[in-house]
Amino acid sequence: VFLQLLANGLVTGSVYAIAAVGVSLVYGILRLVNFAYGDMMAFGALITYGVNGPLHQSMVVATLAGMAATAVLALLLDFALWKPLRARRAGFMSLFLASIGLALVLRQALLLFGSAQPRSYRVNPYRVFVLGSVRLSEAQVIAIAAAAATIVAVGLFLSYTPTGRVLRAMADDRALAAVAGIDVGSAIRIAWIIAGLLAGLAGVLAALVEYSFDPNFGFQLLLPVFAAVVLGGIGSAYGALAGGVVLGVAQELSTWSGFAGGVNPVYKPVVAFAVLAIALLIRPQGFFGRARVA
Amino acid sequence: MNVIGSGSFWAFVGVVAGIYTILALGLQVQFGFAGLLNFGQVAFMAIGAYTMAILVVKEGWSTWLAAPLGIAAAGAGGLLLGLPTLRLRADYFAIVTIAFSEIIRYVATNQGDLTGGSQGTIALGPVGSAAQYNGQWSGFQHHVQHTLGFSSPDAAMLVIVWASALVLLTLTWLALRTPWGRVLRSIRDDEDAAASLGKNVFAYKLQALALGAALAGIAGLFYAWQFSFFSPDDFEPLLTFFAWMILLLGGVGRVWAVPVGALVFGFIFAGTRFLNFAPFSWFASDERAYLRLIIIGLIILLLVVLRPQGLLGNKREMVLE
Repeated sequence: VFLQLLANGLVTGSVYAIAAVGVSLVYGILRLVNFAYGDMMAFGALITYGVNGPLHQSMVVATLAGMAATAVLALLLDFALWKPLRARRAGFMSLFLASIGLALVLRQALLLFGSAQPRSYRVNPYRVFVLGSVRLSEAQVIAIAAAAATIVAVGLFLSYTPTGRVLRAMADDRALAAVAGIDVGSAIRIAWIIAGLLAGLAGVLAALVEYSFDPNFGFQLLLPVFAAVVLGGIGSAYGALAGGVVLGVAQELSTWSGFAGGVNPVYKPVVAFAVLAIALLIRPQGFFGRARVA
Repeated sequence: MNVIGSGSFWAFVGVVAGIYTILALGLQVQFGFAGLLNFGQVAFMAIGAYTMAILVVKEGWSTWLAAPLGIAAAGAGGLLLGLPTLRLRADYFAIVTIAFSEIIRYVATNQGDLTGGSQGTIALGPVGSAAQYNGQWSGFQHHVQHTLGFSSPDAAMLVIVWASALVLLTLTWLALRTPWGRVLRSIRDDEDAAASLGKNVFAYKLQALALGAALAGIAGLFYAWQFSFFSPDDFEPLLTFFAWMILLLGGVGRVWAVPVGALVFGFIFAGTRFLNFAPFSWFASDERAYLRLIIIGLIILLLVVLRPQGLLGNKREMVLE
């Protein structure tokens, strides 16, 4: 049972990690805690549903379409909302509140045009992979594989490509990066594209793992994702990955009966925040965060 | 629609605006005067309402003892939240407070034997009975109604809620004119400067958080009495966002801007019910509920982008950064 819970935790953690990297990347570049990120995930999941269900495309095509659509949405929002706010030099508070307003608009628009009924992708939920004493559904295997691939891809991208270097430089010090001749505008657009792709992917994977979903599910995912971001140190992409996996595993393992009888599974989200609270007491800036960001 | 002409409908809108005034006044103390980004305000409302209802139904307490205890419990919740979290950076604090409010809601949903669970307060009593916590309150409400010669209990509720709101607004306004209030605002403007003058920044912030939480507790009591029933679903984060919108509408840093913001919000929220002309009439009534929240979200966005100081705010004293 322990191994099974560990595997489940890795699945949940993978989804959190992918989303958390997107949140953290945007924060690092724009100092924006994006409350609308969960609803962007739901948007990606719904677009994918539309392409997969009514349009009868394969899951892979549908997922790519969902990711692309979410990236486009992210770019449009940057143009319509975040860019004007940047031009006004809006601070953390304005950005956060604006993202809350945006989250309301996005979620209600999804409900309005997508309806609240739960839906599922055309996948076979009964195909199961057995690894020793661990049984994983196809969706769970896909989630872990996609997360691993994403982690490697994002890591390589940030470490070795010129664009990745630009993004890291901007996360370190945006003003200095601008002075050094970096095209801030295009770097921000790239960050939004990546964040949008990751949001779409995380949304689809979360929907696959949970099997059925509705337009509200993004918000329920958002808080554990935020917890993962904070746990890893906000603005740190690698920290977000680690935070996501740690939280996912901690949530699942907390229900293990060998662990002080186990926590009632309904309290899994509370476990995530208990882990977060304890971690912040020990290290207020998160695992990988810096003590103060100017 | 003849609802627009009905007095009881507008009394209802007024009562809700009064309750929101008290809720948002708590945020004004926390954010407008101490600079704390509390996004979990609704949790303290829930703590106040649940403490009162549980003590009345399960322990058989008098409402007049249970209500102050509900307020105290909400304030204590503020202390409890603040002790580990107030040293965090502002962005972390904002996230942790939302998390706190969701934890409170989770516990209220899942600890059925304490709170009645997802069925709400009706399940507080023994199985098969519909629990009521507002008997004494209704008596008081009727007493006020007859003393003032009103024809409906709604009008009495309107008077009680707004009288309480005005007293609380005045007290807050006075408190901010004391040396305590001046130190609080100096912390908001420059924490390091206040600390260098020997002020215990942490203690002041903790007091502001607890005070704002207690105000939310009072709002929770009125909410409970107004609706005679509540469940964990009444305390979703959405309510906190409404309170923030009221704060933004009125203006950050101004006590008397809060009721103005709450009234404007009340009219927007109630008014959007009557969007039954084109293009809104193209949507079914349940879809128009989504449309209402879209409009509210858009108003938040427009306020942040176009008028960050609010309707009455002073750009020189306090602008959202």
